[in-house]
Amino acid sequence: MSKLAKLIAVAGASALVLAGCATNEAAPTATSTATESAGGSTSTEETVAPLEGTLDGSGASSMASGQEAWVAGFQLLNPGVTVNYNPTGSGTGRDQFEQGLTFFTGSDSALKDEEIATPHPNCSPADGPMFEFPIWISPIAIIFNLDGIDSLNMTPDTVAQIFTGEITKWNDSRIAADNPGVSLPNLNITAVHRSDESGTTANFTDTIAKAAPNTWLLNGENAGKFEAWPAEWGGEGGQGTSGVIAAIAAGQGTIGYADASRAGDFGTVAFGVGGEFVPYSAEAAAKIVDISPLVEGRPDSMLTYNLDRDTTESGVYPIVLVSYLQGCMDYADDAKAELVKAYASYMLSAEGQQYASDSAGNAPISDALRQKAQAIIDQVK
Amino acid sequence: MTTANQTSKTKVRLGDLIFSRAATFAGAGILITLGAVALFLFLQALPALDPNADFDGKAENLLSYVAPYIFGTLYGSIIALLIATPLAVGIALYISHFANRRFSQVLGYIMDLLAAIPSVVYGLWGILVLAPFLNPTYVWLNENLGWIPLFEGQVSATGRTMLTVGIVLAIMVLPIMAALIREVFLQTPRLHEEAALALGATRWEMIKMAVLPFGRPGIISAMMLGLGRALGETMAVALVLSPASIISFALLTSQNSNTIAANIALDFPESGGDYRSLLIATGLMLFFITMVINLLARYIISRRAEFSGAN
Repeated sequence: MSKLAKLIAVAGASALVLAGCATNEAAPTATSTATESAGGSTSTEETVAPLEGTLDGSGASSMASGQEAWVAGFQLLNPGVTVNYNPTGSGTGRDQFEQGLTFFTGSDSALKDEEIATPHPNCSPADGPMFEFPIWISPIAIIFNLDGIDSLNMTPDTVAQIFTGEITKWNDSRIAADNPGVSLPNLNITAVHRSDESGTTANFTDTIAKAAPNTWLLNGENAGKFEAWPAEWGGEGGQGTSGVIAAIAAGQGTIGYADASRAGDFGTVAFGVGGEFVPYSAEAAAKIVDISPLVEGRPDSMLTYNLDRDTTESGVYPIVLVSYLQGCMDYADDAKAELVKAYASYMLSAEGQQYASDSAGNAPISDALRQKAQAIIDQVK
Repeated sequence: MTTANQTSKTKVRLGDLIFSRAATFAGAGILITLGAVALFLFLQALPALDPNADFDGKAENLLSYVAPYIFGTLYGSIIALLIATPLAVGIALYISHFANRRFSQVLGYIMDLLAAIPSVVYGLWGILVLAPFLNPTYVWLNENLGWIPLFEGQVSATGRTMLTVGIVLAIMVLPIMAALIREVFLQTPRLHEEAALALGATRWEMIKMAVLPFGRPGIISAMMLGLGRALGETMAVALVLSPASIISFALLTSQNSNTIAANIALDFPESGGDYRSLLIATGLMLFFITMVINLLARYIISRRAEFSGAN
């Protein structure tokens, strides 16, 4: 090759490499036709000037697909804003907020008292009050793979005994007792759990531990709520929600717990609550937040719920994952405060919740919760 | 540098200077990077070595926590090596001594292509295709040969077992091993081969007498290379294996010892504080295990240095 050709080749290659290193200015183009579902009425606060800027948040991966929908919908309405949500995991999300890298956090678990007391650089004052309220309610379905059976009734004790390995066959009398008329095969039960640490496991075990304290036993004691499955109970482990679904699909007679939006064609369990068997549904899942008491001793800006998992109220599906939105009540940067207010209001709005539900399958929050949370967000400055 | 019979200093050319400095810099850079990685791992892992560390109840102390994972890492890799080594030697022999020239080139390209497949794809293939395919075999093994301790226990309904992981890892390390061993076999001195054939040996006897002894250090170095890759394999194991934190030799059950790398991949995103340091400490142990195995391989090869095809 001639020297010139070599020089051009090197220049071209380095240009490509350097272009790859550049930060992309992601300016979402405003389409003139907003989709119907995203085009809900914007709230009255964004009237004076169009919002501009970048808003960074991170946290739970459970709401990652919901956040994608919300970011898309919000950026359509506010073309000058770029929202970035990084699904790093709840723990990392809270860490990043503490370090001042992000301005809001999505978290599967509420803030602990020590975490509230830690100074947060983006708040002013740094140890000022924070807001926290549920933004994402996701029902956790108990899914099984049996030919020809779409739904089974199970009491909390039955579910506990299946997952601890006490009940090993599908045609066990304890399952048959609640399902008259259903012919159960003589097949081994394979209980699938999450092999990675997960908020889904934590919420599932929390529910079963409270609803079935006498059968959810590990070495004779109530195993309680945990994120890492104990080896004594056996069963299969799958990585992530998709791993669990793949494991359930791969064998006959498998049963596991996963986000309800992925239940697909598998059979699901109607969970026993107060004498009835409640199949999962968006309304039944959202209801548990409304009937649960708030945790005591928290400031008014925090709606931290002590979920009443062993409720006997009718029509409530207690196996849910409730994820919170967390941020400062008073931001050091007022421009960021405006962005947080606008984005949080969008996420809380009926249109926003429905838009996310259409693609991510969560249960939209109830109007009662929306009003309380909106009142808190209106005070953010 | 002046030579003895020159009276004046040689003029140092700019090109030479730049090249020698760049090469030194590159060499030193590797060492510094390795040192930096080891230092980072050690500093991040330090909180976990504190006897008062709080692991949220997930672990008692470092040693009891990591023991099943070290076992799982070594066990899975050894199974992979046991499956891959005969296959790799066979493929290399076929390419170097039995196939005609053009076909062996094509086969070589295809082997290299196998090496280019990302490990995540192997993991997905493992759960979606291989595990269901092997499951009936596992059920048969468990029913008929269940008295062998390796095949005992409650057989998994989905096929996501240590044996499946061993097979997937074997397929992943196969191309590297086969390529390296093929290179070594191709370097067998022609005179040795011709001499064996002239003495009346059949082709297989010639290979046994001339090729395999010559290639043995190369085979060992290929095994160590494959072992190194299998030890560090993360995504394929994390996707395919159904883990539990126990030490188990059973190959067909749902309770399998997980590997260090896969465990870190599974637990790291949601971890925090001392537990995160614990995970990094297990990574540090994997680093040391791999280093020890590589040193061992170097030692074994150096003993037969004059025959080593790798030199």
